[in-house]
Amino acid sequence: MSQFTSGFWDVYIAVITVVSIVACAVVLKSQSVRRKPGPADTTGHVWDEDLREYNNPLPRWWSWLFYITVVFGLGYLVLYPGLGSWSGLLGWSQITQLESERELAAKRYGPIYDRFAAADVQTLIKNPEALAVGQKLFLNTCAQCHASDGAGSRGFPNLTDQDWQWGGDAKTVEQTITGGRTAAMPPWGAVLGEQGVKDAAHYVRSLSGLTNDSIRRARGEALFKANCIACHGSEGKGNPAMGAPNLADATWLYGSSESTIIETVTRGRNGQMPAHKGVLTEAKIHLLTAYVLSLSQAR
Amino acid sequence: MQAEATYNYKVVRQFTIATVIWGVVGMLVGVYIAAELIWPALNFDIPWLSYGRLRPLHTNAVIFAFGGSALFATSYYVVQRTSHARLFSDGLAAFTFWGWQAVIVLAAITLPLGITTSKEYAELEWPIDILIAVVWIAYAVVFFGTLYKRKVQHIYVANWFFGAYILAIALLHIVNSAAMPATFWKSYSAFAGAQDAMVQWWYGHNAVGFFLTAGFLGMMYYYVPKQAGRPIYSYRLSVVHFWALIFTYMWAGPHHLHYTALPEWTQSIGMVFSLILLAPSWGGMINGIMTLSGAWQKLREDAILKFLIVSLSFYGMSTFEGPMMSIKTVNALSHYTDWTIGHVHSGALGWVAFITMGSLYYMVPRLFGRTQMYSVPAINAHFWIATIGVVLYIAAMWIAGVMQGLMWRAVSEDGTLTYTFVESVKATYPFYAIRLLGGLLFLAGMVIMAWNVTKTISTSKPQEARIPEPAAAPAHA
Repeated sequence: MSQFTSGFWDVYIAVITVVSIVACAVVLKSQSVRRKPGPADTTGHVWDEDLREYNNPLPRWWSWLFYITVVFGLGYLVLYPGLGSWSGLLGWSQITQLESERELAAKRYGPIYDRFAAADVQTLIKNPEALAVGQKLFLNTCAQCHASDGAGSRGFPNLTDQDWQWGGDAKTVEQTITGGRTAAMPPWGAVLGEQGVKDAAHYVRSLSGLTNDSIRRARGEALFKANCIACHGSEGKGNPAMGAPNLADATWLYGSSESTIIETVTRGRNGQMPAHKGVLTEAKIHLLTAYVLSLSQAR
Repeated sequence: MQAEATYNYKVVRQFTIATVIWGVVGMLVGVYIAAELIWPALNFDIPWLSYGRLRPLHTNAVIFAFGGSALFATSYYVVQRTSHARLFSDGLAAFTFWGWQAVIVLAAITLPLGITTSKEYAELEWPIDILIAVVWIAYAVVFFGTLYKRKVQHIYVANWFFGAYILAIALLHIVNSAAMPATFWKSYSAFAGAQDAMVQWWYGHNAVGFFLTAGFLGMMYYYVPKQAGRPIYSYRLSVVHFWALIFTYMWAGPHHLHYTALPEWTQSIGMVFSLILLAPSWGGMINGIMTLSGAWQKLREDAILKFLIVSLSFYGMSTFEGPMMSIKTVNALSHYTDWTIGHVHSGALGWVAFITMGSLYYMVPRLFGRTQMYSVPAINAHFWIATIGVVLYIAAMWIAGVMQGLMWRAVSEDGTLTYTFVESVKATYPFYAIRLLGGLLFLAGMVIMAWNVTKTISTSKPQEARIPEPAAAPAHA
């Protein structure tokens, strides 16, 4: 694809680039003289009482350095893309370099992963070699959010416990890594009003046996049944098919304090697990699935 | 005394004192953020003490407050003395001083508050940008007006460089800061995407090329021959390297955007011109150092000359390093690592700060009617402490940078990355500690200078200098 909007700019760039490089050499040549015998000349100008200038010839080694960089520059632009849409004699581009490096890597490392891809996840979990590779993939791809030990942090799920927002069987975890997940808790502030949100929060806290105000809880229960059960279920146990968290257990993605729950209900939450299809090969995702599941099975 | 018979030293003195104060402040902030990289808790969870907000404050304070004030002071001094004329307008000159100080104070308030355009070295928001543009145009009027008034026929080489820097910075600042204001403290760049990145680095690299190089070469061309008491080595060399330098720098910006969405032809041209820039840069170094040819023994005794000549060595070193780092394959290793930080500081500390310190040590006594600074041994102490500081700083960052680059690209037998990012951070800690030590030494040197300048000023009176008659032009050329 051309990077120029018209054929004019293509030629314009090529011409001014070459002219400019050659101009550097011309300026240099124009001031080159041989050293005359005897003491150096001065220009004869005097400023500020005693500022004078010699007019020594340009140091020869320096002139050569200058010429060499000019010749190198012109040579480089013949071999590599630079002069407008001229793609260079070597046919190199950063995209072809990336592609050839990827091909090489696929050829060199592909067989290692093919071997793992053939095994099922439960077998891989028992294979220390597979887990070692999986860990390295995890540390470079997943640890930024889920932490080096997989324990997660606020807003980023803990992968070492038995609680799975989207389901914890091998097939589902593999799907989660491949396609990513978008969790959308809508904001309820406008619908429920400030007091309604607070009532709902007290009911939600009661589901996992946290302290709550009984009057607010009772009011909150009605609001919950009317608005929240579609996703979180009538008992608040959640629904992995939609990534709606279980509210009746001790696991809290954003926090269980009254103020945090109020914030969650009022403004909603948008959890994002990015898709890794295209970033990692299927075989690597398979291996990562085994590693991720090994984290909770080790306990 | 009649004003027209004397030079305007008042504004030079003001900018000189500002240089010393902002030098201490800017370097202190640098040391603080260097410490934050080792002990992040030093931000005390206060937003305006966080690294992300103090870092632009450090760069702006050192480049524009310290470096900028030094350039104003020396360019006003040099253009008057080499033109044998008083500044074009005392009023406008005073306006540039107070205007520039206002810019600095506004920067020191807005940057910690998180008000930023997020363009590196051009973070200040649009109202401040407009003030900068107005001050800069006034600066250009004063400078070129003084040149116009000159009593000598030829324009001295130092003024070519000062003139080029003033014109180029006006152009760069106005184009790169073009933006659509949304509110009083928020604007959006006039450019988008890869074009915005290209304009930004066209500006960014020429801030280095014109602000931190051409301007300071102007300084070099006056204070080196003056302090050495020798003529400049080669007028011819001045001509070639001046035109080649100012012409070539303008093309070099794309080397900041290698292996990005920037079109490849742009990347290649940026790299080629960065390499061609090597010889023109070295032309300045040669012209400065060879000026001392035949008087090398002076280097042993004269601490001011040590500052000036060592600054040229650092200039030569970083202008060799720069073209090397612009080569794509080298850049693939060095980019995004602390090597870049080391490179910048070998230029900023070794070249810019050293030439400034040498020039100020020459100029301060003359502005206050003395022949010497209050303490000459203190100049020597400053020189050695600062030199050790720079060497520690850049050596630590070189090693850290190359190590980071190698760690990031290391691949295991199974094709996975050998190291995680956080492991490279952990491995960098010892070098961050050495860098902090280097920075502390450099700051200590600057504090010694502040003490020495204070003592020099407090024990003498400001002195006005009569404008001498220009020397009669000799018959031969």
